[in-house]
Amino acid sequence: MNVPTSYLIGLSGILFSLGVLGVLIRRNTIVIFMSIELMLNAANLAFISFARMMAPAVDALRGQVIVFFIIAVAAAEVAVGLALIVAIFRNKETVNIDEVNSLQG
Amino acid sequence: MTIDLAIFIGLALISILTAISMLLSRDAVYSALFLVLNFLAVATLYLLLHAAFIAMVQITVYAGAIMVLFLFVIMLLGPSRDKLGGPFRWQLPVAVILGLGLIAEMALMLTARSDALPAGAAGLGEVFGSPASVGKLLFSEYLVPFEVTSILLLVAMVGAIILTHRGKQKGL
Repeated sequence: MNVPTSYLIGLSGILFSLGVLGVLIRRNTIVIFMSIELMLNAANLAFISFARMMAPAVDALRGQVIVFFIIAVAAAEVAVGLALIVAIFRNKETVNIDEVNSLQG
Repeated sequence: MTIDLAIFIGLALISILTAISMLLSRDAVYSALFLVLNFLAVATLYLLLHAAFIAMVQITVYAGAIMVLFLFVIMLLGPSRDKLGGPFRWQLPVAVILGLGLIAEMALMLTARSDALPAGAAGLGEVFGSPASVGKLLFSEYLVPFEVTSILLLVAMVGAIILTHRGKQKGL
C-alpha cells in the first residue's frame, strides 16, 4: 500500500484519542478495559506503519516483533484484568466504576 | 486519487466509526462486537502494510481469543446498561474537551512538520513481514524475550485462576 506514513500515524493518533475518551467518559469497567485495548491497538498500528516506512532495511522487521510482544502482554493483561473485574463483581455486585470507591473488600 | 488511498480511507473510516460506536453504544455486548470489527479493519491495514504474520496474530489473538474472553465475562456478569455521565456532571464535557485537545495536538504535531513522513519503498517482496522472516528473528535475536513472554502468560493464567477461585478463603 502506497500511502504516506503520516496518514497512518494520524489514524493511529485518532484511534488512541478515542481510546482515551472512552476511558474518561464510560462508567462500565468492561468498556473502559476495551478502550485500553483500543489504545494498545493504536500504538501497534504506529509500530507497523513505521516498520513499513523503513521497510527494506533489515532492522525494520523489529517493529513487527515488538508488536508481537505487545499483543502477548495485552493477552496477559486482559486475563488478569477480567479476573479482577469478576472478583470485584462478586463483592460489589456492580461493574460501575463510580460505585467501586472503597478499598474495603 | 489512487486505489491505495481509496482503500486506506475506507479502512480508516471503518475503524474510526466502529471505535466511536464502541464508545457510544449503551450495551457492552455491542461495544465488544464493534471492537471486533475495529480489530478486523486494523488487521486488514496490517496486511496491506506487509505485516502478514502480525495481521494473522491480530485476528486470532485479539479478534478471536481476547474478545471471546470479553464477551464471556459480559455474559457472565449479566447485562448492565450504564448511562453516560454518572455522579460527576462536569465529567463528560471535560472529557470531550480533553479528548479533542489530544486529537488537535496530534494533528498539529503531524502537520507542523514541513516534510510529511514518506510512504515506504515500493516493490517490497513477499519476504518482508512473512511468518518465516518474523519467526527467524523471534527465535534468534529475540529468543530470551520470547521465552520470558511464555512465563508472563503462565503467571497471568495462574493469577487469573487464583483471583476467580472460590476456595475456602474468605473474600475472593
